[in-house]
Amino acid sequence: MGVERTYAEINARIKAGKAVVLTAEEVIDKVREQGLAKTAAEVDVVTTGTFGPMCSSGAFLNFGHSSPRMRMTKVWLNNVPAYTGIAAVDAYIGATEIAEDDPTNSNFPGEFRYGGGHVIEDLVAGKNIKLKALSYGTDCYPRKEIETTISLQDINEAILFNPRNAYQNYNCAVNLSDKTIYTYMGTLKPRLGNANYSTSGQLSPLMKDPNFATIGVGTRIFLGGGIGYVVWNGTQHFPGWLKDEKGNIVGSAGGTLSVLGDLKQMKPQWLRGARFLGYGATLNVGLGIPIPILNEEILRFAALSDEELHAPVVDYSESYPNRIGGNLGLVSYAQLKSGKITVQGKEVPTAPLSSYPKAREIAAILKDWIQKGDFLLGEPSQLLPGPNAGLTGKTLEIR
Amino acid sequence: MAPHKIVLRFTPTTSDQPIIYHLVKDYDLVVNIVKAKINPHLEGTMVLDLVGERYEEGIAYLRSQGITVHPLTQEVVRNHDRCTNCGACTGHCPAAALYMERPSMEVQFNGDRCVLCLQCVKVCPVRAMEVRI
Repeated sequence: MGVERTYAEINARIKAGKAVVLTAEEVIDKVREQGLAKTAAEVDVVTTGTFGPMCSSGAFLNFGHSSPRMRMTKVWLNNVPAYTGIAAVDAYIGATEIAEDDPTNSNFPGEFRYGGGHVIEDLVAGKNIKLKALSYGTDCYPRKEIETTISLQDINEAILFNPRNAYQNYNCAVNLSDKTIYTYMGTLKPRLGNANYSTSGQLSPLMKDPNFATIGVGTRIFLGGGIGYVVWNGTQHFPGWLKDEKGNIVGSAGGTLSVLGDLKQMKPQWLRGARFLGYGATLNVGLGIPIPILNEEILRFAALSDEELHAPVVDYSESYPNRIGGNLGLVSYAQLKSGKITVQGKEVPTAPLSSYPKAREIAAILKDWIQKGDFLLGEPSQLLPGPNAGLTGKTLEIR
Repeated sequence: MAPHKIVLRFTPTTSDQPIIYHLVKDYDLVVNIVKAKINPHLEGTMVLDLVGERYEEGIAYLRSQGITVHPLTQEVVRNHDRCTNCGACTGHCPAAALYMERPSMEVQFNGDRCVLCLQCVKVCPVRAMEVRI
């Protein structure tokens, strides 16, 4: 009978300053040195981290009421439209929304210099943001237009709400065609000229709890430099196993998280507006999750290393856009991080889109918060569906 | 002797002069023109690899002609505050001036290797590469 722990026991140890916390990198070495059983007996929490483009990000903002009052029907923040089909002075600014006058891809490949992600970064940095709004006017909200500036400090609420973040695993993207293509996985050179990938591998939160044995509604997390929460599974939450040709499990598939946090707690170095040439605007998000080591089985997964975790190599010139499916093989994160992989017999240079150094920093910050007693584990009130739930993606058929 | 990578700026009165000829003939310097352009106002910019015993004399000559000379590393700058160390640039830098240091996976920039293709400026998701040329 191995070790068994409860959230309450771990939190009591955190409060007493006695919790043993290791980052996901550190725990790999520890398990290699002394084995699973001994490590599980010692370690209470393993911290993870990731920092990369997460397009499904955005913020609900409440601007407060002007005099006379106004029901804001259309809103622009630094000329980027925000969604207003909600209450009078609320809006949702999405990370991928682009400035109204953006030329998009009319001059291909478009630059997408400023979008919702940049508005969020500027808000978090404390900068003044130009607010413009229009309304049709009502008896209770007579004002029809407004132009002013706001800052994060002088609006009521600013809630980061990201419906699909922290992708469990992702494709390694390549281009088999004869021309350069511009994708959400970056610029891909022709004829397997490069390969881009985007997770932090052995530090990546959902790869370290592939069964969703600990992550659920109410899990307290590092989000954008502040404290946030997992509020539901993300959209396109299809957890499962990645298997090699022989049917062996070599990694996890595509679970995702919905996360929420107070933007006012966050910092611009962990929420960074970004864009992909020829594709669009987005937001880099820093996210870290603590994994309570409730038992040896949970540690076994939390201690998986880059050598044991794999990603599928996918052609983004033909297979991906046409939803053909399949892949060009599996590569380990150790291979991806080495700087080259072999695809169809050709050596292909690799580059990440997510920042491994920042992921490492997040795991370390989270460890520090827990060790100081500033951060207690949130026990999920409901776990998220795991690989056994058999969730798969529906396709959109054109009728 | 490693070549010096420098950026020259020409005014309208110097951009039509045979400057490179003099560097080679009078100062015995080996010149590799990495990039050269001239704008509609006849202002010119040139990036050179320059090597030779009389390098300093050659630079003094350029300055005496009213040409400004800066090391390339002052003109191509990685903004460390904006850079997230993601590494997206490293797959595109043909000269390996931007490269990943392993195992830290931190991005390094060696301006001496830069050939000013400006690919990094295009592909950097957070626009951390700044080029003033």
